[in-house]
Amino acid sequence: MFLVNYIKEVFGAIKSLATGMRRTGYYFTHHKEIITQQYPDNRDTLQLPERFRGEVVMIHDENNEHACTGCTACELACPNATIKIVTKFDVDEETGKKKKAIDTFVYHLELCTFCNLCIEACPTGAIKMDQTFEHSVFDRSKLTKKLNHDGSKIRAGVE
Amino acid sequence: MPSLENITDDLDVWLYQQFGATATFLIESVLIALLAIGLFSILGLVLIMMERKVSAYMQVRLGPNRVGPKGMFQTVADTLKLIVKEGMTPDGADKFLFNLAPFIVMIIAMVILAPLAFSKGFQIWDINIGVLFITAVSSVSVIGILMAGWASNNKYSLLGAMRSGAQIVSYELSAGLSVIAIVVLTGSLRISDIVASQENGWWLFKGHIPVLIAFVIFIIAITAETNRAPFDLAEAESELTAGFHTEYSGMKFALFFLAEYVNIFIVCAVGATLFLGGWMPLHFGSNTQFNHVMDYIPGIVWFMGKTFFLIFVIMWFRWTFPRLRIDQLLNLEWKYLLPISLFNLLLVTLMAIMGWHF
Repeated sequence: MFLVNYIKEVFGAIKSLATGMRRTGYYFTHHKEIITQQYPDNRDTLQLPERFRGEVVMIHDENNEHACTGCTACELACPNATIKIVTKFDVDEETGKKKKAIDTFVYHLELCTFCNLCIEACPTGAIKMDQTFEHSVFDRSKLTKKLNHDGSKIRAGVE
Repeated sequence: MPSLENITDDLDVWLYQQFGATATFLIESVLIALLAIGLFSILGLVLIMMERKVSAYMQVRLGPNRVGPKGMFQTVADTLKLIVKEGMTPDGADKFLFNLAPFIVMIIAMVILAPLAFSKGFQIWDINIGVLFITAVSSVSVIGILMAGWASNNKYSLLGAMRSGAQIVSYELSAGLSVIAIVVLTGSLRISDIVASQENGWWLFKGHIPVLIAFVIFIIAITAETNRAPFDLAEAESELTAGFHTEYSGMKFALFFLAEYVNIFIVCAVGATLFLGGWMPLHFGSNTQFNHVMDYIPGIVWFMGKTFFLIFVIMWFRWTFPRLRIDQLLNLEWKYLLPISLFNLLLVTLMAIMGWHF
């Protein structure tokens, strides 16, 4: 019985090694599988993966409206205080009611680790990860960004 | 058709007529030394490039592609960098042994080159114990590695060197036994005899399954003997930084690096000579037309082709398999490879006595 197990073990080992070698052999002969991108050379044709995280941006539609209610869920979710939301109160023209809205969505790119937690926390899907990644600037203050566009307001119907 | 044998013979005769016996011997020694050094430096460049490209393609990467066309001069640039770097000797090191070790490793690699047959009659020294010479000398290189590890005065280096010692001593056994399998079939230790015995077919094909098993064990054992992954415990980057050559820099490091690749070439050349027929062309039984076409390809091309095929297989191993632990390593040798190769040797002997091989 010992001998049978011994021989079985040897054959099992050879089989598993051969499986591994078949995989690497496949990659060796199929050069189109190569995923390396020669970045500065192919800047125009660069193919980034769908889930690549470059920086946080706020989604604005063609009417310069966004979906941010100023709930600060993203600010609370951020592990290293990258996001700071300054809120204000808008007065509704028809009813005269006060409504909370964002004044400035401050985003500190220099602190961001691109962990995606703010995007997951957002209840209205107002922010997303963009694919731009060339962030180098000569002055650190340029990395502190205001995400909501000038004059933008919240889209009607988003609560 | 000019063959390498004619060239060397003509040169020998011409030198003898011009200068006499003693001077001929000296001139030929110098020529051989120059050729060996030239071969080694070219091998270093080519093999390191090959390794980097093979590893890149197996890991779905591109590999070096910036220096020269398709990155072909990358290794040349690296070597130039290593030459101009300072060869540091650490303060606490044993200076003499520390500086001697890389040269010992390199010289051993050069000495093993002596009995290898590159082509018909193109051989430095056709010694009648060629295979024994190779196995005996190749295990001396462990002294160079131990020397480097000990003289570095560094615990990682020493650990790597001790592991390398244990590994080479144990895998030498199964490598030797699989070599003996071929010696039993051939009845000679002389390299030229072993190659000549494969004129009607390589031993891998003539020897049935026992020789195939011996070949597999030989490949595993030489992978371990050259300290390459999955048996690279001697330098295990993730555990011991770089093992025995942690403290080396500049050209002394380059010598270790070069010796590793030259050793791979040599063990693969031995494997090609023993199992794949050395410089013998591929012949298929009585298919004379096919055999005739194969004869036109020079022996050196066959030899290099087979050797580089084996080198590729060993690189394939390296970039596929994860590293073994030291206990797994010794288990593999003492519980599996050694008993199997001993039993296999009995089978081969029976086969040789009964004449069951072709």
